[in-house]
Amino acid sequence: MSKLSLISRGILKENPTFVLVLGMCPTLATTTSAINGMEMGLATMFVLILSNIVISLLAPVVPDKVHIPVYIVVIATFVTLLQLVMQAYTPAVYQTLGLFIPLIVVNCIVLGRAEAFANKHGVLESALDGIGIGLGFTLSLTVIGMVRELLGSLSIFGWKIIPGDGILAFVLAPGAFIVLGYLMVLFNKLTKKN
Amino acid sequence: MEYFVIIISAIFVNNILLSQFLGVCPFLGVSNKVSTATGMSGAVCFVITLATVVTWLINLLLVRFNLAYLQTIAFILVIAALVQMVEIVLKKISPSLYQALGIFLPLITTNCAVLGVALSVAQKGMGLGQATVYALATSLGYGLAMILFAGIREHLSLNSVPKPFRGLPIALITAGIMAMAFLGFSGLV
Amino acid sequence: MVLCLGAVCLVCSALLAGVNALTEAPIKEAAEKALKESIGAVLPQGGELSEERGVSVGDQNYVYYECTLAEGSTCYAVKSTVQGFGGPLTLMVGVLSDLSINNTSVLSHSETPGLGAKCATDEGFMNQWKGFNGVLKVRKDGGDVDAITASTITSRAYTLAVEQAVAAVKAVQAQNEQTKEETNE
Repeated sequence: MSKLSLISRGILKENPTFVLVLGMCPTLATTTSAINGMEMGLATMFVLILSNIVISLLAPVVPDKVHIPVYIVVIATFVTLLQLVMQAYTPAVYQTLGLFIPLIVVNCIVLGRAEAFANKHGVLESALDGIGIGLGFTLSLTVIGMVRELLGSLSIFGWKIIPGDGILAFVLAPGAFIVLGYLMVLFNKLTKKN
Repeated sequence: MEYFVIIISAIFVNNILLSQFLGVCPFLGVSNKVSTATGMSGAVCFVITLATVVTWLINLLLVRFNLAYLQTIAFILVIAALVQMVEIVLKKISPSLYQALGIFLPLITTNCAVLGVALSVAQKGMGLGQATVYALATSLGYGLAMILFAGIREHLSLNSVPKPFRGLPIALITAGIMAMAFLGFSGLV
Repeated sequence: MVLCLGAVCLVCSALLAGVNALTEAPIKEAAEKALKESIGAVLPQGGELSEERGVSVGDQNYVYYECTLAEGSTCYAVKSTVQGFGGPLTLMVGVLSDLSINNTSVLSHSETPGLGAKCATDEGFMNQWKGFNGVLKVRKDGGDVDAITASTITSRAYTLAVEQAVAAVKAVQAQNEQTKEETNE
């Protein structure tokens, strides 16, 4: 498989949100605005790339029986690293994303990629896979955030598009489920036809 | 009174699934039938309460030795080990209960509701009594939302749904409408 | 097998200990900067800021900062925490010597995004605290505070936090009076 298709695959064919349907918790919880969604996506991508690299290196040495605990420890380490760095340099972002930064540990995407891809492939390929899936996740979250922000507070990336108040429900919990549901319908419709 | 407020708020107002979005993956995954949803809820209820108590004690140690930065790692390992232990003990002591809950247990390690509750208890600095009640109430809320949702989905599967909506999309939209109903509880506490 | 798991755990904790040591200072700095900024936002410009001090009212302890203004009057910035809707709500409240509110700012909260979280972003709600001098109760409860739409609980909690801060300043003033009298004698 060519290097480029490794990246593009994560965005469309194996899009983690719309096709694999993994990592629903942060997808629903942090997409109250486009910026929040994007920040969450980037944070996950950071952990995904690093854990993919390290796990592809570790996989040949780790005995089969303990591989899951070892992967979890590696992922948890990178998540904590991210937590500390974010607390130090971007405390505002850390506060808005809150609980969902440490919860990257149990995001099925990260462990899923470690199990399904990184432990069978080389370092470069695993890194590229991490970038691809990470980009796909970030893009999906940004799009969901954009739709919710537009409907809920009539702005995009914090820019007020239309004056007024918007439909509050879209910023709240119900909007998350409904917007994701309809976007999934749209994604199915567009990709299945081709 | 204080405990009463915690219970009502954790079950209805801040429902873990429909307003905090923790543990959504199994919520969508195993909610096709009421029976599996009940089994899953039972297992989650058991593990969340147990894990919260154990991680509360661990956190005490971590804070005592200035190791709070190891919180995430320690919690996830403890939860994974705990789930394994529960599985082994349950198999020995009560095979019938194991039959009912067994297949759901391995899935729970990566259920973010467990880690989520443990972490938010540590973050909010609750006492042991408060934490236990909070964990129990939260998991009851989880079960409530899960079983109601499974009931709706059982009916939904009998209807003809437009093709692109089939499967997850219609489930998500249903969950959204349920979340809207739960929104009505806000202001209760 | 156990050896491998142990080794991985050891390396990881060592790595984290290192990173923790590196980021400890910046984290503290960032928290201090946020604190300084919030104090600056709630107190009048200029003036000499005191060290962190503590005062207790009832069984609650408050951290406060005293600030002596150029014209000689003293104002206070009080950190006040209450139980909000989604968790603890911590405010910095600036109180003038006549016990009127100068301004308030949110230090941390875990309110619902789009509803209670507006207490930190909604201009209408935030601006009413500038020079607030009325009854510290939400309008629904017969006071002068305009609540955030659909978030009465958060608004009540916010108001309570401000009320507590004023009570804390009262206690500080009483304390200061007492020490003044004692030194005079």
